Amino acid sequence: MHKLLIENSGKEMLLLGNEAIARGALEAGVSFVTCYPGTPSSEIPEQFFKMGKETDIYFEYSTNEKVAMEVGAAAAIAGLRTMVTLKHVGLNVASDPLMTLAYVGVKGGMVIINADDPFCFSSQNEQDNRYYARLSSLPMLEPTNVQEMKDITVAAFDLSEELELPVIIRTTTRLNHISAAVKLGDLKPIKTKDTFQKNPFHFVAVPAVSRNLHKLLLEKYDRALEKSENWPGNTIVGSGKWGIVANGVSFNYVSDAVSDLGISDKVSILKLEFSWPLPKDLCTRFMKKVDKVLVVEELEPVMENDLKAIAQESGITIPIKGKGIAGLSRLFEYDPGMIRKAVAEYFGVDYKGTEILDLSEVPELPGRPPNLCAGCPHRATYYSVKQVYGPDAVYPTDIGCYTLGLLPPISMADLVICMGSSVSTGCGFSQATDQKVVSFIGDSTFFHSGITGLVNAVHNNHKFTLVILDNGTTAMTGHQPHPGVNTEPMGVDLTQLSVEEVVRGCGVKDVHVVKPFKLKKTIESVKATMEYDGISVIISKEACPLFAKAMGQFKKSRPFYINHNKCKNHRDCINLLACPAMYLDGEQVEIDKNLCTACSVCAQVCPENAILPLKE
Amino acid sequence: METRRLVFIGVGGQGNLLASRLVGEAALSLGVPAVVSEIHGMAQRGGIVESAVLLGDVTSPIVSNAEADVLIGFEPVETLRALVKCNKDTVVITNTSPLPPFTVTVGQGTYPSVDKTLDMIRGKVKKVIALDGNAMAAEAGNVLSLNMVMLGALIGSGTIPIGAEDMKKTISTSTKKAFLESNLKAFGLGMENAN
Repeated sequence: MHKLLIENSGKEMLLLGNEAIARGALEAGVSFVTCYPGTPSSEIPEQFFKMGKETDIYFEYSTNEKVAMEVGAAAAIAGLRTMVTLKHVGLNVASDPLMTLAYVGVKGGMVIINADDPFCFSSQNEQDNRYYARLSSLPMLEPTNVQEMKDITVAAFDLSEELELPVIIRTTTRLNHISAAVKLGDLKPIKTKDTFQKNPFHFVAVPAVSRNLHKLLLEKYDRALEKSENWPGNTIVGSGKWGIVANGVSFNYVSDAVSDLGISDKVSILKLEFSWPLPKDLCTRFMKKVDKVLVVEELEPVMENDLKAIAQESGITIPIKGKGIAGLSRLFEYDPGMIRKAVAEYFGVDYKGTEILDLSEVPELPGRPPNLCAGCPHRATYYSVKQVYGPDAVYPTDIGCYTLGLLPPISMADLVICMGSSVSTGCGFSQATDQKVVSFIGDSTFFHSGITGLVNAVHNNHKFTLVILDNGTTAMTGHQPHPGVNTEPMGVDLTQLSVEEVVRGCGVKDVHVVKPFKLKKTIESVKATMEYDGISVIISKEACPLFAKAMGQFKKSRPFYINHNKCKNHRDCINLLACPAMYLDGEQVEIDKNLCTACSVCAQVCPENAILPLKE
Repeated sequence: METRRLVFIGVGGQGNLLASRLVGEAALSLGVPAVVSEIHGMAQRGGIVESAVLLGDVTSPIVSNAEADVLIGFEPVETLRALVKCNKDTVVITNTSPLPPFTVTVGQGTYPSVDKTLDMIRGKVKKVIALDGNAMAAEAGNVLSLNMVMLGALIGSGTIPIGAEDMKKTISTSTKKAFLESNLKAFGLGMENAN
């Protein structure tokens, strides 16, 4: 049985933050979960996928976040307890339904898990999604540790039902990916079906209805504000005259800093867990009893600005500072040492940090950037395309493992903005320049948001080549299925769509399906696209070897080795491919037989035919 | 209890995340407060993987530069790179078996000599425990048990309030049965060589 489905009420369990959220949803009786995977949120839906038939909970990996939000919205409007999980940039994709869903509201509790990623550990930006709560007028809860991630999830469902509004829980990478002991509560029985009660003059957001709905939303917002004023997790810790306001993971840094500096008796900390609507009265009371305030929040000065506005309204004139103190900035994540220093500096406490080591004599160390795996089919596809289009073509790329094509020696990534952008920016580049354009997109990303761009390319007569890197999984986020995946080996009976049929269905005439490990044939197809006057699509189809291994479908052939008698040390193998299975032993290139997956690409590239399969 | 801040550093695939999680599990079984922190996603494609375990009365889930009490490095050059996490009182436990990155293969950098690397580390911190983890993992019968060797060395170093028997119990309940024998053997070899 899945570990989160074991009752274990009252027991403690070491849970990853994301597992704690999943457990919280189970303890709240969630019966409908949708998502599009995205680091750092991916392990939340993964729990429900793995539970499979062990529960009656409906779970789906939706095609993208907008779809996930809309599927979930209907379930919640019908009356089911629903959870939608996504990463911060995923909420951009889902922001269209979100804004009007706030007007329409829900009947069953609906919780949106939004995972921000300060420092861009796995993301294209580090936007601060607390602004979405402000933009949509929806309540936002921010846990500070793993236990709270579970408890707040449970509470959020009740809150959502009471307010008839979706509730957003905002986490950051550091919370999603930490593990700690969590005290478990009771699992709740679930309601898997309800009946939708028609009410078109409430649910159909035409202008006349929407004007009323906006008014209704503001009324609900006022009720939410009342809730946040009295929320048990919005608390003041301590009673000193030095005020600190903190949210999320920063609250821990503040707590530790205050105790490390031995100033607990001098400090009051306002912990904001129900952070939107901001509890104005509580903030006012807090600011009235302290002499000065330090606001500790990662990314944007959201609370800082709000507190300044509240202070102005209430005639409070104490200093309120945050960004700019001891290097606290809008960039990246905070850490304990940084906050200890900021607290000490702002309140004038004597503090000398731990002395850092003198590392001046350490030479420049070789970099270790992430790299495409040994035997990754993307490497082979990139090689073939480069043979034909050369280094000067424009290569818009997309979000996935293949973005690593950025690094030398592949160096075939020229622009990434967001999911699906490779296709549409291909349209733009091919029209705005006379350069050759080849766009790269993965299979999951193609389904997520590449199709609309492709329809645009066909309709508007754009002329470029789109390469769909079809490795049969969503590799980067941990091998989740998508509409093009055969889910049978995973024990799930879902309908598999053919990428090729979709592409042809979009009206593309020049379609090539290639096996990327067959370099010669692939290169021929790439050449044909170069000559085609219009939009061409190459579907490069080969399983992700990591995924194939995980599914027990990987057929390992004899690994390759380098025959020293034949090798003339041209080094095309490493200079053009840089497969991590290759290494230098002195001046001689060698292949690590444990890493080699026998894809044979290097053997086809070697001008001396010096790379051969190992004899048994 | 006294706070202990541990940083684990390794290369994607070396298993340092499991090692740090097992420390967390063992701590939980003993009632020692623990927070384990890790980073997933793109970093794991052959890149550097860092995790941290904080034991005791501390709520922050990460370790700032110069604040690690113990650094457990699964690869010598990565240990050196992670020295920014250390101070003069840090205990460093490092594998001596190199895993050069592909940047070296394509001529974008030079891999320093392991001896020099270790010398540089030795001069700066309180104690260095250097062991050939790969050889011990191989001796234990599974090259993938490097993380158990390093875990053994950590427990053997006596730097954290978790004993060998408790750690072994956690390994027995939380790792795959098929690898249990080699895991425990690797753990034992790490323990014996933790000086």
